[in-house]
Amino acid sequence: MGYETTALVIGGGSTGCGIVRDLAMRGIDATLVERGNLTHGTTGRMHGLLHSGGRYAVSDRASARECIEENRVLREIAGHCVEMTGGYFVKRPEDDEEYFQEKLEGCLACDIPAEVVSGRDLRADEPNLARDVEKAIRVPDGAIDPFRLCVANAADAETTGARIETHAPVTDVLVEDDTVVGVEVTHESGPGKRVHISPGTTEEIRAEYVVNATGAWAGRVGELAGVDVEVRPSKGVMTIMNVRQVDSVINRCRPKGDADIIVPHETTAILGTTDEEVSDPDDYPEERWEVDMMIDTLSELVPILREARTIRSFWGVRPLYEPPGTGTKDPTDITRDFFLLDHEERDGLSGFTSIVGGKFTTYRMMAERITDHICEQLGVNERCRTAEVALPGSEDLATLDERMDSFGLRSPIARRSRQRLGSRAPAVLSGTDPNPVVCDCEAVTRAEVRDAIDASGSDLNAVRIRTRASMGNCQGGFCCHRMAHELSPRYDEDVVRAAWDELVRERWKGERHALWGEQLAQAALNYALWATTMNVDGDPARTGAEVDFSAFDAGERGSEPGSATGVAADGGTRGDQ
Amino acid sequence: MAISDDVLVVGGGLAGMTAAVAAARGGARVRLLSHKASTLRNASGLIDVLGTDPESGAPLADPFDGLDALPGEHPYRILGEAAIREGLDLFDDLLGDRYLGSHTDRNALVPTHGGTVKPTARYPESTGSGLASSRERTLLVGFETITDFDAPLAAAHLENAGVPFEVRGVTLPFPGEFRADVRVTRMAHALDEDREAPVDGRPGTRAALAERVSEHLDGEERVGLPALLGDERGEEVREQLSTRLGTDVFEVPMGPPSLPGLRLEDALEAALHEEGVRVESGNPVVGYEGDDRVETVTVERVHREVPYEAEQVILATGGLVGKGIRSSRSGVCEPIFGCHVPQPEDRYDWFSEGVFDDQPFARFGLRIDEGCRPLDGRGETEFENLRAVGAVCGGYDSAREKSASGVSLATAATAGRRAAECL
Repeated sequence: MGYETTALVIGGGSTGCGIVRDLAMRGIDATLVERGNLTHGTTGRMHGLLHSGGRYAVSDRASARECIEENRVLREIAGHCVEMTGGYFVKRPEDDEEYFQEKLEGCLACDIPAEVVSGRDLRADEPNLARDVEKAIRVPDGAIDPFRLCVANAADAETTGARIETHAPVTDVLVEDDTVVGVEVTHESGPGKRVHISPGTTEEIRAEYVVNATGAWAGRVGELAGVDVEVRPSKGVMTIMNVRQVDSVINRCRPKGDADIIVPHETTAILGTTDEEVSDPDDYPEERWEVDMMIDTLSELVPILREARTIRSFWGVRPLYEPPGTGTKDPTDITRDFFLLDHEERDGLSGFTSIVGGKFTTYRMMAERITDHICEQLGVNERCRTAEVALPGSEDLATLDERMDSFGLRSPIARRSRQRLGSRAPAVLSGTDPNPVVCDCEAVTRAEVRDAIDASGSDLNAVRIRTRASMGNCQGGFCCHRMAHELSPRYDEDVVRAAWDELVRERWKGERHALWGEQLAQAALNYALWATTMNVDGDPARTGAEVDFSAFDAGERGSEPGSATGVAADGGTRGDQ
Repeated sequence: MAISDDVLVVGGGLAGMTAAVAAARGGARVRLLSHKASTLRNASGLIDVLGTDPESGAPLADPFDGLDALPGEHPYRILGEAAIREGLDLFDDLLGDRYLGSHTDRNALVPTHGGTVKPTARYPESTGSGLASSRERTLLVGFETITDFDAPLAAAHLENAGVPFEVRGVTLPFPGEFRADVRVTRMAHALDEDREAPVDGRPGTRAALAERVSEHLDGEERVGLPALLGDERGEEVREQLSTRLGTDVFEVPMGPPSLPGLRLEDALEAALHEEGVRVESGNPVVGYEGDDRVETVTVERVHREVPYEAEQVILATGGLVGKGIRSSRSGVCEPIFGCHVPQPEDRYDWFSEGVFDDQPFARFGLRIDEGCRPLDGRGETEFENLRAVGAVCGGYDSAREKSASGVSLATAATAGRRAAECL
């Protein structure tokens, strides 16, 4: 028998998570399904910029206005996900003066606080900027943690009664009489929290209304329903530095171009990006020149980047969309606006809407619009309150620091925990004693790791995105196994091992793009810790190799004939059962 | 006037220290220059020679059985089996009864903190009663604040690997008042010091630990604890625990900071002292003077460059981890002498797709001749009096093969002896 829900959201990125929270807050029974972890698609693969709107102030003032509006909202409702670093649009001698003036006027026209700062004052704030940077426009850009934000939206929706299923790809969209009536999903390890090795199941989820919020993958889901959604996925590379060379968002002030932004993010700085159309959002080349371009071009703004340590690079795919027939050639010219495609109006298929395009900063506004649309379809008359009610973790942040004093953690660790957990910090940290540090680079304690495991099962990548554990300099060399250990005894050894191996593989994937200098030395050390010290690559439990234990040294006592210690005389116990 | 010696060793890890001893035993006046703390603190303290069958990838029972299947550029193939045995003999002689395994050619399988077993040729005495080929019932004990080792999980892992003994794990609080993020070295020192509190009659750390463990013993014949059972007084700590528990007690090697690695470093430092090797640490070697021969090496001392003169120079600066091999986006190099490092031109050919696939970067390093002298791109000797030992040498993947220490010892014994012979 199938499961029934009122509204079903496909896609666990920022848009989908925003929609499911909004639906739940309006009292609608809602379900979200996501094929990977939350943020698995584009949301988890961006530079984490909270736009002031300045970036669009010349080319697209409507978007710029939306950005500054939502920028203010997110600071209120998602304070624990946001760091208001401030940002600059900087001008080098060769950059166009006229464009600089247009940018300034555009910001002011869109109600974006903006002021011109001299090169000298700028370098007082950001001493690593190149000496020939002439001047800049200061705007309220910030950094935002997309993982934390999505998780908070989903967690709040769950508390309000929604069902969230990750690792549940949609394998079919159910259509009856020109109406979408639900989906079939495959639960990779059964429904509920992910547990490695558990057998997969399929489930039919019937819904009164279905929303396709899968971004760059919207065409795929549309296809399952028999409708065309012409997203134009465009890839961009981001390179992560191991420290913050800048403390504000640095944008290059020119009309467009690759490698024109640096976002300080937690302990790192993220360089971005490129814009190149791809045919398949799951399969596109990740190339050396893209990484080199980030470093070489952005070194013009921050010269020390040329010799600095990068810890990994990753690529994300923008869900760009333009109405059929527009025919824009260059993806950088495609609008960043979002589109709500009601498939009843468009294709005669009712009960189904896709949302495409758009920007992370305005995710809440997009979610509000589509939730309004769903309410209209369902005849629900509730107003949106997502702009007013703080997300879990962002409540009462003003009084939090006093409450944090009582934790016996070294203060930098307590400070980092507080930044990540926000108002949840006292509750999470008080539940575990003793509470040692699991990840040294990012100062993540056992309490925080176990809290994440409570929420996400045996999935250590889900723990990673919640806590930042394994995301620092060592890229997991010192802590992947420690994170895995925290899964025990809740999960069996084979589950723990599978989870550990998956995390190590994921860490390696991005680190490959940073393999020179310090990070190659780090990778060689990690390889040695895993393969030499722990023999992970030659572990008989992993490889399934039958080991003849009796052929190995059993010690000096054991090697004496007739010894009482009893040397294994056979191949061990595995074959005994 | 330059500081002058017969043999100058650059680098203070396992290879550098044993090469210095080998040269000193050959009658040379030896000086060893080390810059930073060696990578031994990262190492398990186990002495691997060859633990993986080069053909099947399975654990290898006899390291000497696998030599012929190694590629031609491997240091073992260049130096031969005799060099490996010479290196092991030197190590056995230096470490005496602190290390075991010399009674047989066969590898031992040592349980590690990851719950895996690992093939190794020599192992610290402290791990000796824990070998996986013995059938003794085993209790593993972990500590609540040690996130690196989860004893019940490791026990389950060993069972899933098919070990021929029953094993169980338990997690306990470590005796004494420690912060949650206490380092293993602090815990080791607490066991060394074994402070008693006579006023309230509380036992010392060792007795308190034994008491806690004994409550959980259920007929096991050996007890394994994470490698933090004392630093300088490890043997005494283990003996007392063993007596109180009535079982054998062994250590499970751990990751950094590794007590067995640090203890090995201490033992080798003592050996250097005994052999009369002069040791200078804290200053980097930044270059050299000379043409076909290395005449002097240049040491940077408080912003001054000081020449050190020697007849023979041994390069023991380590590989990528130890920074004896360096890289940038444009290439891989040996930074002091500029020796040739074979490498794929494109840095995207330095690695493979999967984390445990055959990784080209793991083989980065110098090619050597049978006297350990580095070779240039045409296969000619780079300098007539320069020899390379340990991880700065390439052509082998120590992690995949489990061969790190064996290559260090074989090259060190060969280079040290040859250097002394050339005087």
